[in-house]
Amino acid sequence: MNITVTVNGSARTSEVEPRMLLVHYIREVLGLRGAHVGCDTTSCGVCTVLLDGLPVKSCTMFAVQADGRSIMTVEGMATNGQLHPVQAAFHSEHGLQCGFCTPGMMLVAKAFLEENPAPSEEEIRWAISGNLCRCTGYQNIVKAVQAAARNMSEVSK
Amino acid sequence: MFPSQFTYHAPATLGEALALLAEHGDDAKVLAGGQSLIPLMKLRFAAPPIIVDINRIPGLDTIAEEGGSLRVGALVRNRAIERSDVITSRYPTMAAAAPMISDPVVRNQGTFVGSLCHADPQGDWGSVMLALDGSVVARSVAGERVIPIGEFLDGPFTSTLRADELAVEARVPDPGSEFAGTYLKLERKVGDFATVGVAVFLATSGGTVTKAGIGLTGVGATNIKATAAEQALVGGTVSDALIEEAARLAAEAADPRTDIRGSADYKRDVVRVYVARGLRAAAATPVA
Repeated sequence: MNITVTVNGSARTSEVEPRMLLVHYIREVLGLRGAHVGCDTTSCGVCTVLLDGLPVKSCTMFAVQADGRSIMTVEGMATNGQLHPVQAAFHSEHGLQCGFCTPGMMLVAKAFLEENPAPSEEEIRWAISGNLCRCTGYQNIVKAVQAAARNMSEVSK
Repeated sequence: MFPSQFTYHAPATLGEALALLAEHGDDAKVLAGGQSLIPLMKLRFAAPPIIVDINRIPGLDTIAEEGGSLRVGALVRNRAIERSDVITSRYPTMAAAAPMISDPVVRNQGTFVGSLCHADPQGDWGSVMLALDGSVVARSVAGERVIPIGEFLDGPFTSTLRADELAVEARVPDPGSEFAGTYLKLERKVGDFATVGVAVFLATSGGTVTKAGIGLTGVGATNIKATAAEQALVGGTVSDALIEEAARLAAEAADPRTDIRGSADYKRDVVRVYVARGLRAAAATPVA
């Protein structure tokens, strides 16, 4: 099947088999390796991408379902060489150890902060509860999301 | 992991979807949120030769009160239920369950009606629907029928939906003017299946229970409606003694199995404790 997906702002057209999962389309057809394959069973969230702005687990969706829709991967977060405030906060707060969960965590955080710009710590912990950090580095991930919330509210002032 | 090959259809109208189901019958499987179906296909527990993706059909994503019931369309995501004003204010059992379904990323995709069709005895929505006396609207080229949820859930992963039918909507009766409800779920971690889940609903009039609903998750071959416990509550006034009696009867209705999440005896006792806790919480926070 021929599909056209807007990926990080650019329209990409590809021929894919209906059974190809979105994560394999992103990684193998488009060559964007920021979406990782972890559990492969809809549990860990390392394959998370934004579909029309909302986080989805790309191991649990077919690429053909994304036809005509818009996807953002971690590669699309920075603009003109400037890190997204969420990325900057993960950097400054040491919100990653091995980095495997980081793309999913940051994309979830971005969508979450757009909906809830001033969250409590508990709200942050629930928001990232579909994403596992196998280093158990949650403390700094939460700090990074809190810092990102502050940075984003500064920017919008 | 990837599924076995299939032919993909993404009909643009309900009519086209129903025609595909009429033509292909058991060979076709409907794809909505995909959060149960796609994992099953990846594990090759399911290998449908034809997929009918209903996501491009307009009009199936509405939540609205109409004709004496709440209507939840086939494409309403769990995310939308969580954020729905009408559900938050008028359907407390649903509102309590929504944030406990799987995890927040899965809730962005997974649908309420799809979860019912999946008929997993550990699914939360089946118990909520049993407590609320909901129903599923099935449509085919031959017409439409409304199936009470107790008849719809037939066995583990089995519903009475025919192969040529599409579940277009779920319906939940109007709760009346004095009501309360909640959903309690014991799970080891976010995203795990329920060790035990309990849905409760009470409608009252001047303190007397006029309608009671109790649904149990993860303690039988299907979600279980604790009918004897419901009957014990109706006509009574909520008191500690009545709550304890209903909780005991609900635990008797449970038929749990020992597994990695706990022993059968333990789960049955969690049913008793959670039904009592749920009824107390509901009685303490009535909407009137």
